[in-house]
Amino acid sequence: MTTDASSLPKSLTKGSRPPGILTDRTFRVLALIAGLAVLVILALIAIYTTREALPWFREEGFGIFTDNWDPAKNHFGALGLIYGTLLVSVIALVLAVPVSIGIALFVTEVAPRSIRRPIVYTVDLLAAIPSVVYGLWALLVLVEPLASLFESVSDATASIPILNTIFADPSSSGRSFMTAGIIVAIMITPIVTSITREVFATVPESQKEAALAVGATRWEMIRGAVFPHSRSGMVAASMIGLGRALGETIAVALIIGSSQRVTSNILGPGDTLASVIANQFGEASGTHRAALIGCGVVLFAMTIAIGMAARAVVARAERRSAGTT
Amino acid sequence: MTAPAVPLRQSTRKTGRELKNGLATAFMVTSFLIALVPLVFIVYYVLQRGSSIMSWSFLTDDLPFSNRRPGGGIWPAIVGTLVITGAAAAMAVPLGVLGGIYLNEYGGRGPIARVVRFLAEVMTGVPSIVMGLFIYTIWVLPRKQDGLSGFAGALALGCLMLPIVIRTTEEILKTVPDDLREGSYALGCRKARTIRTVVVPHAAPGIVSGSLLAIARAAGETAPLLFTVGIAFSPNFNVFEGSNTALPQQIYINAGTFGGFEAAQDRAWGAALALIVIVLAFTLVARIFTALYTRRAEAT
Repeated sequence: MTTDASSLPKSLTKGSRPPGILTDRTFRVLALIAGLAVLVILALIAIYTTREALPWFREEGFGIFTDNWDPAKNHFGALGLIYGTLLVSVIALVLAVPVSIGIALFVTEVAPRSIRRPIVYTVDLLAAIPSVVYGLWALLVLVEPLASLFESVSDATASIPILNTIFADPSSSGRSFMTAGIIVAIMITPIVTSITREVFATVPESQKEAALAVGATRWEMIRGAVFPHSRSGMVAASMIGLGRALGETIAVALIIGSSQRVTSNILGPGDTLASVIANQFGEASGTHRAALIGCGVVLFAMTIAIGMAARAVVARAERRSAGTT
Repeated sequence: MTAPAVPLRQSTRKTGRELKNGLATAFMVTSFLIALVPLVFIVYYVLQRGSSIMSWSFLTDDLPFSNRRPGGGIWPAIVGTLVITGAAAAMAVPLGVLGGIYLNEYGGRGPIARVVRFLAEVMTGVPSIVMGLFIYTIWVLPRKQDGLSGFAGALALGCLMLPIVIRTTEEILKTVPDDLREGSYALGCRKARTIRTVVVPHAAPGIVSGSLLAIARAAGETAPLLFTVGIAFSPNFNVFEGSNTALPQQIYINAGTFGGFEAAQDRAWGAALALIVIVLAFTLVARIFTALYTRRAEAT
């Protein structure tokens, strides 16, 4: 078509538009608006939460980076909360990533084909259990045996340097960083497993067969063919798991024990950004409420940064694999 | 001792490798078993403790005025969960499906679609408590006491569901064969009509399945409701007006605030059983739709 609209007779461009063009355009615009809703919502989250948190930043100044969180005296330093958030997430990752990789390998390399799908469904069921039910179970069933376990671990390591500071003074109620870390580990296992499983599934069959053909055992094949091919995928899966762990709220709020300080004692009570919001927002007002909303802003920024980094790792891996194959 | 040295060394090295292989395999199997342990325990406790309080009146009575004493039911929370999640789905699913259509059918590899795709991925990682705070600051605060309602909770849950629906819709639409689109164009259909009458109906079971999974996830969320729905002691079917309540919130209150009282613990387990039944029902129906879609995809 070389004719442009201006050279056509007026009757064609104006009055008698071909049927369906208008709905076509409307639909396209509607779809575009729906897509842009994501952008608008993310922008609004950043703007509105930051605006409500401003009094906190103004009044506390650099005091927000201390671990002095004391609502009674109107001090709201968030360092203890940021520390707690990172500590719980690291405990969760250390526990969940090896197990998730193990399950993913079990599904892709070991289990007979016929039981692979049931295994995947079973692990996915863990993701279907609501956070609050994990919290309920942990609080009413798990903390008691854990408290006595912590006690004996602490006694056993009392004379070993370093360990006796990490495991010193276990919380008698069983509510601690460690308890929260264990529960969060269970909660992020399904997502980390499903991503690593998908990554392992993309390893070329030819490479695996080549390794087996030169006499490698299954484990040697996994180390030589599967892991090198999926290294960045495993990193991305861990980062997505980390993002989930940072924001886990309700289960953690029930079992971490509410103590907003920086301590090396991982068997003692603590708090995270998300759990302090859940536990204190109800009775908060003024600067306290602004500080809690500010904790949300910090958490939002942390998860966005992790999400973007994970995306960058995936993009780089895709580019590299597109180059080699 | 008398055995020749060479074969012996060979065989020990081989067993060393096999031992490692065996250990690795054992680790993989154990990993799966470790994941099974909490699943079995939680299901067992919820069933056992939950069923001991479960009764018709527990399901249909209003909330008790004192959580410390036995009595009362969870009917308002069941109503709240269904109404709030339903309202969230009514907002997020159409918007999310349209957004997914934009990404796959219009945007493709263009710059706008890339940005939206990237942000949708980032948005799935935003913690649910942040969504709750967001709706609190933008919706509840300006309205003072009237701000607390099922609708405010639905807005927060909708924000959680939206990116999930967008991404699953796009993934499903990618699997619709281009032959179908071209066939429709060849018959003279425009793009919008092709999408509405050919592409979306073909992908429908997959889209329904993805949406149901998003709904199931939202139904179990507590954090977005903490500062948005308030509390209601009798059932409130009106999403737009008045405070409301939901099952996850009741579990949280009974286990957390009143966790020291046996009656509250029982109530929490009972509510957990009801919630898990609702969530699993959504998940199960989603699985049925997934199976339906896979069969259809294999047929074409």
